[in-house]
Amino acid sequence: MVNPKLSIAGYGRWLWSLLTSMRTALVLLLFLAIAAIPGSLFPQHSSDPNGVAQYFADNKDLAPVLDTFQLFDVYSSVWFSAIYILLFISLIGCVIPRTKHHFDALRARPPRTPARLERLPGFDEREFGGVDAEVALASARRVLKSQRYRVERYDRDGAITISAERGYMRETGNLVFHFALVGVLIAVGFGSGFGYNGQRVIVEGQGFSNTLLAYDSFNPGRFFTPTQLEPYSLKLDKFTTTYEQKNLNAIGQPTDYLANVTAQLRDQKPFATTIKVNEPLRIAGTDVYLLGNGYAPVVTVRNPAGKVVFHDAVPFLPQDKNLTSLGVVKLPDGLPKQVGMIGFFYPTAQDAHGGMKVSVYPDLVDPLLTFNIYVGDLGLNDGVPRSIYALDTSKLTKLTGINTKLESLEMKPGQSATMPNGLGTVTFDKVVRYASLDVHHDPTQGWVLFFALAALAGLLTSLFIPRRRVWVSIAPAGKNKILVEYAALARGDDPTLVAGVQGIIDAHIRDLGLTRD
Amino acid sequence: MTDALSQYSVLSLYSAMGVYAIAFVLFTIDLAGKTTEGKISAKFQRIAYALTWVGFALQLAAAIMRGVAAHRVPWANMYEFAMTGTLIITGVFLVANLKWNLRFVGTFSTGLVLILLGLAATRYYVEVVPLPPALQSYWLVIHVFVATLGTGFFSLGFSLSVLQLLQQRREVAVHDGKKTRLTGLVKLPDAVALENYAYRLIIIGFIFWTFTLIAGAIWAEKAWGRYWGWDTKEVWTFIIWTIYAGYIHARATRGWRGTRSAVLAIVGFSAVMFNFTIVNIFFKGLHAYSGL
Repeated sequence: MVNPKLSIAGYGRWLWSLLTSMRTALVLLLFLAIAAIPGSLFPQHSSDPNGVAQYFADNKDLAPVLDTFQLFDVYSSVWFSAIYILLFISLIGCVIPRTKHHFDALRARPPRTPARLERLPGFDEREFGGVDAEVALASARRVLKSQRYRVERYDRDGAITISAERGYMRETGNLVFHFALVGVLIAVGFGSGFGYNGQRVIVEGQGFSNTLLAYDSFNPGRFFTPTQLEPYSLKLDKFTTTYEQKNLNAIGQPTDYLANVTAQLRDQKPFATTIKVNEPLRIAGTDVYLLGNGYAPVVTVRNPAGKVVFHDAVPFLPQDKNLTSLGVVKLPDGLPKQVGMIGFFYPTAQDAHGGMKVSVYPDLVDPLLTFNIYVGDLGLNDGVPRSIYALDTSKLTKLTGINTKLESLEMKPGQSATMPNGLGTVTFDKVVRYASLDVHHDPTQGWVLFFALAALAGLLTSLFIPRRRVWVSIAPAGKNKILVEYAALARGDDPTLVAGVQGIIDAHIRDLGLTRD
Repeated sequence: MTDALSQYSVLSLYSAMGVYAIAFVLFTIDLAGKTTEGKISAKFQRIAYALTWVGFALQLAAAIMRGVAAHRVPWANMYEFAMTGTLIITGVFLVANLKWNLRFVGTFSTGLVLILLGLAATRYYVEVVPLPPALQSYWLVIHVFVATLGTGFFSLGFSLSVLQLLQQRREVAVHDGKKTRLTGLVKLPDAVALENYAYRLIIIGFIFWTFTLIAGAIWAEKAWGRYWGWDTKEVWTFIIWTIYAGYIHARATRGWRGTRSAVLAIVGFSAVMFNFTIVNIFFKGLHAYSGL
């Protein structure tokens, strides 16, 4: 066999027909399934950034290698993108010719009746006496029409026949399904380009406005512009957690989180509303979600002269289910030296072994705040951004707590403690709650839903509407008698084809006013 | 009251498992039995089928009592999900048998249900606790229930696909005039018919799975602020959807009908089971509701 030489255009056509073949689409689908697996094995930047950082810390040698293969960004990686882009090109290349073909089929007449119906599936025949052939044909036509068949009459030697076809919606649904998938992909792409999301922690009594500077962290889409931010403000009036108290297997399990907020759109009156888990606040084209919550002890620090150098509610991060919480206070100015404080807050404190404390219940029954004092260089002046939840102790000296001679500062609400070395005093005024809010804007998520539902509808029609052709052929059979032949052909899966033909025969007999024999 | 009910629920579930175990043995004897003993084994099959209905009723009672005890749907943690999921698997098997005679699948259905219930009752059991705020949504009723329905149809499709492969081997052996130990399969439908049954069940499962994906996305948008975030459970739901999409396309692809598509159905259901067990327990993610 000699391989014909292909021109560049010839190669192009060959590649195109290869890419758009069903076999290639199938293989790409399976590749896509396999390629998605690593994203569940390794932490992903998109869904679990802290997990990625932890992985890098735990696997110093392996992590950079994995990162080279984009295994921490699987779903935006070159190789994953390559597969789904090829798959969608293949899909479009397959669906467009089918659409044209389907449009032609929709306008075409049902095909000529085959010569030998007895070879077809669902074949059956009946002999009727005393019925005119034309009357029987008109009756068959009525029956098929009532079952939403498209009918066409074809006469031939010795027989008059009807050719009928139905179920064009099957292919319509199939095409809708595939186009809708393309729609989903495009809508998702636009949404991630023009959307944004920002996170903000607010303490009871505080508020923030929807501006770039107000967010603790902000993730804009590629085409985001700050003018997109609708002006409004939110204030957290009260945050309530409800704990299970009756069920002995679940004492202290949170059963409800409720944020009472006051919202205000520009130039309008403020109004009170709520945010709950599963019940976000929809406001000004954004959705505000309740992401987390915790305790924020209100702390006042005075210098040795008694002057207030720090007074704020400090959000502490929960460490366990009884909300033992960890927080940091940094005091770069106003005291004799730079001071850092690492604090633990126990909503219901109890002594544990070795002089440790532990929280035994998440609600405020017997709150206690402890601080370890560090002095030295807080590292705030070298221009590197620092987390407000972590203290870099590399250039600090620890003055109180474990491995020092002095005990940690311990305070109940309203109590004060004195820092060592004449640094000043710390007061634990009270404790309030904070909520961490997540503000999202996704301009196309409605479209994604629309296309997803269209895909589902298309899928249902394409899998369950049978596309079939039916033929009825009537020929004289001796004196005053006619022989009626019925046959059908399925296009695609059609488990009820034979039953369908029998139903047509029954209906035909009824329509002719004959009884079944 | 709550404690008593949930204990009755456990009791009822263990009784169901006992009945299923007997049904499993009888189904297996029937399936392995040679045609010459056909009469006896047909009787075994009838008894096993009736016992499966009894087990189903007991398990349904267990699920209802658990739900009443907890004042909510009985599928909010791994134990409950296993209980209701296997109930649906059995239910799909029984209902499918009202339409077609698929009793020969019984050994697979009851076997699978027994393994899962055994795991659930011994390893995953948790006491009734209230719903965490994230699960307090009517989407818990819809999303999770439809997912179990899909799983039920996929499981039956899986069993039929396994039988299809075995039947295929037997048919090839018979055709080549070789000996085969699979003679028990003589009384079953041929490989093509088994494939057709499997296909019809799996496309129903696929519709439910597609709906699960969409409903899950709507819920995720409400609860987590985004409709899709490649959470580990979302990843596996997507993988399963893709495998079964491949399965459906395989039917229209030359060279992929028969053995290959059966293998895809088996891989697909293995992924469903992986998603339910390994991903739930060992993978980190937002769907951390196993209660363990």
